[in-house]
Amino acid sequence: MSLINSAPEMVLTSTVDQVLNWTRKSSLWYMLFGLACCAIEMMHTGGPRADLDRFGMAPRATPRVSDLMIIAGTLTLKMALRTRVLYEQMPDPKYVVSMGSCSNCGGLFQYAYSVCDGVDKVIPVDVYVPGCPPRPEALTEGLIMLQKKIMQEKWITRSSDTPRLGGPVGERA
Amino acid sequence: MDSTGIHAALRGRFDTAVGELAPGPFEASIEVDASVIEAVCTFLRDEEGLEFANLSNLSGADYPELERIQAVYSLFSYKQRHSITLRVNADRAAPVIPTVEAVWPAANWLEREIFDLLGVEFSGHCDLRRILLPEDWVGYPLRKDYEEQPDYHGISTVRESLLTMKRD
Amino acid sequence: MSVELEVHDSQGLATEEMTLNMGPQHPSTHGVLRFIVKADGEVMRRAIPDIGYLHRSIEKIAEKVGWHGFMPYTDRVDYVAAMACNQGWAMAAERLADIEVPRRGEYCRVIAAELSRICSHLLGVGAMGMDLGAITPFTHAIREREMIMDLIEELCGARLTFNYMRIGGVAWDLPHGYVEKVSHYLDHFEPVIEEFNQLLGLNRIYVKRLADVATVDADMAIAWGLVGPNLRGSGVDFDVRRDIPYSVYEDFDFDVPVGSGEMGTTGDCWDRYIVRIREMDESMRILRQALAGIPEGPVIARVPRNFKPPVGDVHVKIEAPRGEQSWYVSSDGSEYPHRVHIRTGSFTAMGIIDRLSRGLMIADLVAVIASMDIVAPEVDR
Repeated sequence: MSLINSAPEMVLTSTVDQVLNWTRKSSLWYMLFGLACCAIEMMHTGGPRADLDRFGMAPRATPRVSDLMIIAGTLTLKMALRTRVLYEQMPDPKYVVSMGSCSNCGGLFQYAYSVCDGVDKVIPVDVYVPGCPPRPEALTEGLIMLQKKIMQEKWITRSSDTPRLGGPVGERA
Repeated sequence: MDSTGIHAALRGRFDTAVGELAPGPFEASIEVDASVIEAVCTFLRDEEGLEFANLSNLSGADYPELERIQAVYSLFSYKQRHSITLRVNADRAAPVIPTVEAVWPAANWLEREIFDLLGVEFSGHCDLRRILLPEDWVGYPLRKDYEEQPDYHGISTVRESLLTMKRD
Repeated sequence: MSVELEVHDSQGLATEEMTLNMGPQHPSTHGVLRFIVKADGEVMRRAIPDIGYLHRSIEKIAEKVGWHGFMPYTDRVDYVAAMACNQGWAMAAERLADIEVPRRGEYCRVIAAELSRICSHLLGVGAMGMDLGAITPFTHAIREREMIMDLIEELCGARLTFNYMRIGGVAWDLPHGYVEKVSHYLDHFEPVIEEFNQLLGLNRIYVKRLADVATVDADMAIAWGLVGPNLRGSGVDFDVRRDIPYSVYEDFDFDVPVGSGEMGTTGDCWDRYIVRIREMDESMRILRQALAGIPEGPVIARVPRNFKPPVGDVHVKIEAPRGEQSWYVSSDGSEYPHRVHIRTGSFTAMGIIDRLSRGLMIADLVAVIASMDIVAPEVDR
């Protein structure tokens, strides 16, 4: 207490967790992983009008430097195995946003023979964004929710092997 | 040239291996015996006045009650601006149709697609592999009696829903 | 990556053939495509496409959901230009069931389809720039797309998957003041095309990357079944809208742009690019005429909910932005289609890449894919 009172005004006090979470949520680099229709809306979200750059989000081409995977579109069974490989290639901490009905639950294609109904059958998901396809505003809201979720994380205990706080966790790969 | 003229030209060359001209409710079509399909296609492509240089579509359909799988060739000539539909029937138990890949290279992928989804073997095809589905897929999904496998590499394909896509 | 040992003596030197994997995840806009590249250093011997990562069994679903119910699925056949697929399906079902569409309905279809075509070509040329390393034109294209999407949203309530057309016409009439809004937008859009050319099309680096690369001559294009802008880029003067007219395209006066090798050889990547740019101009011409000449009347014919077309099959061809779509629809006289097969432009364009890639540099493969304007769901369906 005495430290806060005696520190100059330009000094802020916080916890380590909060600082780490703040840095993490402010530079979420997302992997360009457009699968189907939602990919176009994802590009529009990154485009001039919705402008994801204002959240410090930048598209990245490879999973090895990405923090966030936006599953944008229908996940077919042929692609599902590759998606798991890509997820495993991402460094911790890693987050997954499931964008659109198809990756949430199969959507229109849930009875199709070649479609995996829900990406959470393959990898764990942090935020589900509904819509077919979701508007850029909807995806932005989903990403803001992810940022809120990141802010609640306890850094010391977190790893991808333990369930995350405050969100649905799918089956482990 | 209209379909009657095309049929007459084919009949003159191939006799009864080429079936009657079926006017059909929508489009005239010609049934061709599987054994001569490549020769018929080469003839249609090269003959003066016919010049079908383009295979615009190659579809397949399953007819379980007739015990056959039908391949439907839709040909188009950019030079003469006419088109014709050919039909080839294959036995459903072991469907084999000679490839026309040598006539139009576009047939390569279209035939692979039919092989993948309907299980028609195109004899003489240089690279007859599954194209849309994974190599280790079981069954031919566009056949009417296709049964889905319960899982694919550990990913369950059982849909947890009361709704069903099956026709009653 | 695996390396196969192989002796290659072009100049008496032994080299190894490398097998590189490209995709299915890659940072381009064409969806999930995969290439297995057999390369000798930087030069490709072959690039073998591996497709099917977005095979969503749309053709099987058609056999289960009935005639009207299939319309939303056609949006997903080609989500970049969903109106064209809507129209293909509607036309096939109408021809089978002998339904006549009211003239105002046809005009609404043309307006929607041409807006969608501009939208699609914008993404095509924008993505082409991005694939070759120029990201600014892409943001310009996205900006224009947003405006067109606003217009389409006003028409049908959706930005991407429109579900606007119905068997027998269109779902809704044009909203109040729509004609003025679209005309106003076209006035804005006309100089944008010129801007695009200055920014991208005539850019020296861009031209060098595209001219004389992956040339397809007319005979080869026809034999391999290339369609649409890819076919016209090779100098074949054919457009389904003009040569096998459907809908009300006969009423309109428009040109068919054809590649002529302005920057290199006829049928190279740059020709395919410029054909798309010029087609946007022609689409604007069609739009202006359609907006001026739209007749009064109903927009949809009376179609029973459960109609049963007679037994038979049809081939319907329409000019989608990615080229002629050929719909094979067969009816067994029931409330459900017996078989639906869609031969799309991207499918054949993808098929020729194996042939085209031989001898090209690895970096050119991206230019070839982009110039063919391939969209993965159209390949896989």
